[in-house]
Amino acid sequence: MTGFTLDARNLICPLPVVRTQEKVEQLDSGDELEVFCTDPAALHDIPAWCRIHGHQVVETSERRGDIVVRLRVHKLD
Amino acid sequence: MTTQRKAVALISGGLDSMLAAKIILNQGIHVEGVNIFTGFCVAGHTHAIRARDRNKSMRNHALWVADQLGIKLHIIDVIEEYKQVLLNPKHGYGANLNPCLDCKGFMVRKAREWMDQHRFDFIITGEVVGQRPKSQLKHKLPIIARESEAFDRLLRPLSAQVLEPTLPERAGWVDREKLGRITGRSRKAQMAMADRFGFSGYSQPAGGCCFLTDSNYSAKLRDLWRMRGERRYEFDDIMLLKVGRHLRPRPNFKLIVARDAGENRFLHGFSKRFTHLYTDSHPGPLALIDGHASRDELELAARITARFGQGRAASQVRVKVTQRDGHQQVLSVTPLSQDQIPKEWYV
Repeated sequence: MTGFTLDARNLICPLPVVRTQEKVEQLDSGDELEVFCTDPAALHDIPAWCRIHGHQVVETSERRGDIVVRLRVHKLD
Repeated sequence: MTTQRKAVALISGGLDSMLAAKIILNQGIHVEGVNIFTGFCVAGHTHAIRARDRNKSMRNHALWVADQLGIKLHIIDVIEEYKQVLLNPKHGYGANLNPCLDCKGFMVRKAREWMDQHRFDFIITGEVVGQRPKSQLKHKLPIIARESEAFDRLLRPLSAQVLEPTLPERAGWVDREKLGRITGRSRKAQMAMADRFGFSGYSQPAGGCCFLTDSNYSAKLRDLWRMRGERRYEFDDIMLLKVGRHLRPRPNFKLIVARDAGENRFLHGFSKRFTHLYTDSHPGPLALIDGHASRDELELAARITARFGQGRAASQVRVKVTQRDGHQQVLSVTPLSQDQIPKEWYV
């Protein structure tokens, strides 16, 4: 497992999801990604995107005013 | 063994595309969705900005639809490519700056490209014959199929029975008899179908899901082009048009004044790129200056900014002005009264 971060701050919905989607495409199963956002809608949208694509949201938290979504990548193929 | 057929659904986040996808899912077809992000989508993001809307659902409607249907959704960012659609629409605009027919053709083209790349078999949309005047008249639907180069791989499940059979129907991938025959502007048939499928909580935005159909938004975009002397825009421009009060007291500059704490926070993210003002002596809005204001005009901008703060009734309000180079000054001004702000200043 490798840990990655993605800066999606100052982007508003759906761009944090779009950037997450692009980043996850480059990762392998088991990798973890922390996405840093400022748009509170990301708290709904990134977990929804993870759910429909089979990725796992490990944790959502708030750090120094940023919303952080930590997800684990699951790829079938 | 029969081949598992695959369809890509254009998912806007509204009810019609949700129903169209469900009809095809029910026929045993593998469906995945694409959502095309032009930058003008209303979606949930304006709710994320305005503090008063925080209690409304902030969900992205397209993701919600996909989640309800249990299908994958791929969001395609077309912000740059879309400029050509908006700036040079072959089929012109609707009532506002909405290039609906060109836009639909463009979106179906993006879905067709996705279909080709991922070896899917056909495309489905939530289009309904006669529902929208610009893009969904029966004689205009073939234009979309032709210009997107989707041709007969484009299926409109809600109206299929009143249209020519497409490849998925002729080849028997889907049963035409189980497709819809909805026409016209009424929403009753769609709502009845939603009830049958057990859908609730879906989005039905009045006026559609695109800012370009909004007359106020289009007026701001026209103003932006007129004042720049050319028809062009960047992504930040079109985001800022969605936020705040826009006042143009002089031809050479416009003020964007936050309306609440949420917009203050959002505009703060742009403050390094604009000369900006905020009231120092009283709680009040952040205001950005788009354009160039002279020294005297800065004072006018400060008086307008003060007008929208809590010091609007005070005789003097201190307004801090920060230039793009970081230089700061504090102006003590008398806020303009409501009747000193002509209606024509509002863009």
